[in-house]
Amino acid sequence: MFNGEDLLKKSEEEMRKLRGGDIAIIFQDPSSSLNPVYTVETQLSDVIRAHQNLAQDEITERAVELLQLVGLPAPETRMQEYPHQFSGGMKQRVAIARALACEPKLLFADEPTTNLDVTIQAQVLRLLNELKTKLGMSFVMITHDMGIIAELTARTVVLYAGRVCEIAQTPDLFVQPRHPYTAALLAAVPRLDMRKTLRIIPGNIPNLIEPPTGCRFHPRCDYAVENCKEETPVLEQVGSEHFVACYRWRDIKLKGERVSE
Amino acid sequence: MSDALIHIRDLVKYFPVYSRGVLLKREIGVVHAVDHISFDIVKGETFGLVGESGCGKTTAARLILNLIEPTSGEVCFQGENVFEKFKLGSSEEKLRLRRKMQLIFQNPYGSLDPRMTIFDIVSEPFIIHKHVPKNEWKDRVYKLLSLVGLEEYHAERYPHEFSGGQRQRICIARALAVEPDFMIADEPVSSLDVSIRAQILNLLNDLQKNMGLSYLYISHDLSSVRQISNRVAVMYLGEILELADTDELFDKPIHPYTKALIQAVPIPDPKTKRLRLILPGEVPSPINPPEGCRFRPRCPYAKECKREEAPKLMDVGRGHMVACHIIHYD
Repeated sequence: MFNGEDLLKKSEEEMRKLRGGDIAIIFQDPSSSLNPVYTVETQLSDVIRAHQNLAQDEITERAVELLQLVGLPAPETRMQEYPHQFSGGMKQRVAIARALACEPKLLFADEPTTNLDVTIQAQVLRLLNELKTKLGMSFVMITHDMGIIAELTARTVVLYAGRVCEIAQTPDLFVQPRHPYTAALLAAVPRLDMRKTLRIIPGNIPNLIEPPTGCRFHPRCDYAVENCKEETPVLEQVGSEHFVACYRWRDIKLKGERVSE
Repeated sequence: MSDALIHIRDLVKYFPVYSRGVLLKREIGVVHAVDHISFDIVKGETFGLVGESGCGKTTAARLILNLIEPTSGEVCFQGENVFEKFKLGSSEEKLRLRRKMQLIFQNPYGSLDPRMTIFDIVSEPFIIHKHVPKNEWKDRVYKLLSLVGLEEYHAERYPHEFSGGQRQRICIARALAVEPDFMIADEPVSSLDVSIRAQILNLLNDLQKNMGLSYLYISHDLSSVRQISNRVAVMYLGEILELADTDELFDKPIHPYTKALIQAVPIPDPKTKRLRLILPGEVPSPINPPEGCRFRPRCPYAKECKREEAPKLMDVGRGHMVACHIIHYD
């Protein structure tokens, strides 16, 4: 459901109007999500032309405005250039500008900084955060980096092998995780601000061609009992805006990440 | 330091860049990949080398192992000059030295031959170094596999049957087959899944405790470097900017680049609110890098800094070395 409409029932034609318009996405790898044979200007104006009824000079104006918004220096000259003339961080800024072209109401960012260096990652994350506040859009951040989750998001969904394990407000998730996978994941990630004993999640990620029966996490779970192998747990509400799919959430006491006061 | 296993002194590697031309090949610049770096690694310690991509971390590793020829500089391993040995030494001497130093690569998908079984991969060093009689190969391979947490029946399989984490274990078993004293791990967990990384980091730690290995751990991931290293050096454009004990470096960084690097990493704790120094711009090209201090174009204190020459790495106490004219202790 998006704005009261069921997206799954829409035709491909209708979806094309939505994509890039009200719903936009930033991909992981800016080197392959931008077309190498078109200039940045062409790629930006294509999106604007497809969704908005504007004259050519207005389109150009809008493209410049977008590039200014994402902090690209000298946008008038630089937008005549091709993607290979930009660095990784700058390419990602162009990709962000393209996603924002039609002021989407919902923006997906799929690992937008995974390919960038840390100092550039900090620049891009700050930019995304500022834009979110400035443009008032909803934002879905897809990432494996617990640090980015902690800093940028209000609520979090934890996925494992195609199923939802846990949904919670981000601070709750870190202080009081209810699903064994969430807790194990938190304990397995090294932290910059302290040294800790890393807990291991045994085994590997399951093959999704033949996923484990019952709870998909049970072969790697410390708390699994017979029942977990047979029945699939459903999401249960365990607190305000906190849902978990685990049979044993009442019996087990999980430790969250140490959270500073 | 007398108990150092390996001394690295003024190591330099320049790669010339040529203009594209059919008839005339003209040198148009020099990539300063590694520029006068020096450090020691003590026996039994893990020395971390961090920096952003293209700062020369991997080039430094390959120079130390003499996989590429240095422009100048010296590496002493257990009192032997590595470069001289590889240039002038007999082939036995070279083999003996190679046996003591091993490398684990970043990508376990690319560093295992897909057409060899795990047994062949792990026993290949025995063919080269001839240090294990043939009738003991099987026992040795099994022992190595169990050391890295794999089972005996895995030996008959091929690399494609393993996951990334298991492949990295195979690479570690292969490196251990020659009983090395020193291992370079070049981004060993970067290509692995988050839930698997902890397994490999803990394995490296356990092996070090049991076998007294020394590591050079190369990574751009500061959190894992903090987890595993005893001392850390920060590289920027081919130079070391700061070098200190791990906790000292992460808790009391002095160089503005180190500070920015540390503050740039998001911490998995929603309640920490941190001041963040965000660096403007990007890492300049290492082809003909900035004169003087290489960090100057991005340095937030550049206006206060009046010195033209490049800063030298200086000890500010407790073995904490910094290359910066303006030293802030806050």
